[in-house]
Amino acid sequence: MPAGTLYRGREGMWSWVAHRVTGVLIFFFLFVHVLDTALVRVSPEDYDKVVATYKTPIVALLEYGLVAAILFHALNGLRVIAVDFWSKGPRYQKQMLWSVVGLWLVLMLGAIYPVLGHAARELFGS
Amino acid sequence: MATTESTAAGVGPVEGGSLYDVDHPAPFIEAPRKRTKKTPKSTRGNFEMAAWLFMRLSGVVLVVLVLGHLLIQLVLDGGVSKIGFAFVAGRWASPFWQVWDLLMLWLAMLHGANGLRTVVNDYAERANTRLWLKGLLYTATVFTILLGTLVIFTFDPNIR
Ligand code: HEM
Ligand code: HEM
Repeated sequence: MPAGTLYRGREGMWSWVAHRVTGVLIFFFLFVHVLDTALVRVSPEDYDKVVATYKTPIVALLEYGLVAAILFHALNGLRVIAVDFWSKGPRYQKQMLWSVVGLWLVLMLGAIYPVLGHAARELFGS
Repeated sequence: MATTESTAAGVGPVEGGSLYDVDHPAPFIEAPRKRTKKTPKSTRGNFEMAAWLFMRLSGVVLVVLVLGHLLIQLVLDGGVSKIGFAFVAGRWASPFWQVWDLLMLWLAMLHGANGLRTVVNDYAERANTRLWLKGLLYTATVFTILLGTLVIFTFDPNIR
């Protein structure tokens, strides 16, 4: 690990690590996502076959994870922007971080049913 | 330069000022980052500043585009279960969603690629490693943007 990429910055450091990890994950997802969407130019059958795997319970869990990554990256990104451009941003960065975490938790709870509901119905029947 | 070029222990010759005079009995130490004759006229330009600004501007727009996309694809109207060729055909029949997806594709790819450039700069220390990683990154980025753009513009609902 190169020197200088970890510092004793408490919450600020960990939010930066999480922002970086989620950003890289989303980028790799997007690369694959454009490839799979390109199958609409191959044939409707090929596209539907691949998309069918996205509806399985295990992939539903991955989708929930993707939502978690994007929601954190988006909310924390707005916080970073506020710290940079809002004159009081640096003073309230910590409060903003806890607001980000709180809002993220609420949204993730709200996403359980829409994102995972169909998987639960498939697994446990309905 | 009246005084000699004598260099006291650890202090190199300083440009544009004498080492000692009555007001500076001790060796004069140049201010860090002072512009001297050795400073190149033009440094790297404003690219890094533009990139920094782009990350923030694109970020704000992406909040709307990507969270809206996720809402449509995963939450509304039955979530993932409704997705299929027919669904995509319905969406791309509208220029509004074509432009939405096109903008999202370009902004997210450029934003992500620039972010990854920073990450490579931070962790890849050998010049050769950096060169290869960035070459790979830029190739993948250009390829993905071109492919995605082509798919949106050439989409054919009656392909079969
Ligand atoms: C698991 C969650 C996701 C699902 C189910 C999904 C689904 C889809 C579908 C069905 C399309 C076809 C066009 C349309 O209906 O608009 C599409 C296109 C697209 N999606 Fe997503 N998406 C997801 C997440 C994302 C995320 C997180 C991003 C951005 C980071 C993204 C970026 C795009 C782009 C750029 C296109 C256009 C692709 C092209 O130009 O060929 N998607 N997505
Ligand atoms: C949803 C809205 C988004 C917002 C508000 C946002 C915001 C930001 C901001 C402000 C930065 C700069 C951080 C800094 O300079 O310290 C950043 C970095 C980054 N973003 Fe995003 N972003 C968003 C979406 C995305 C997407 C879709 C991707 C992937 C395709 C992505 C990948 C990255 C990467 C890889 C970095 C670099 C991280 C680092 O250097 O540590 N972001 N984002």
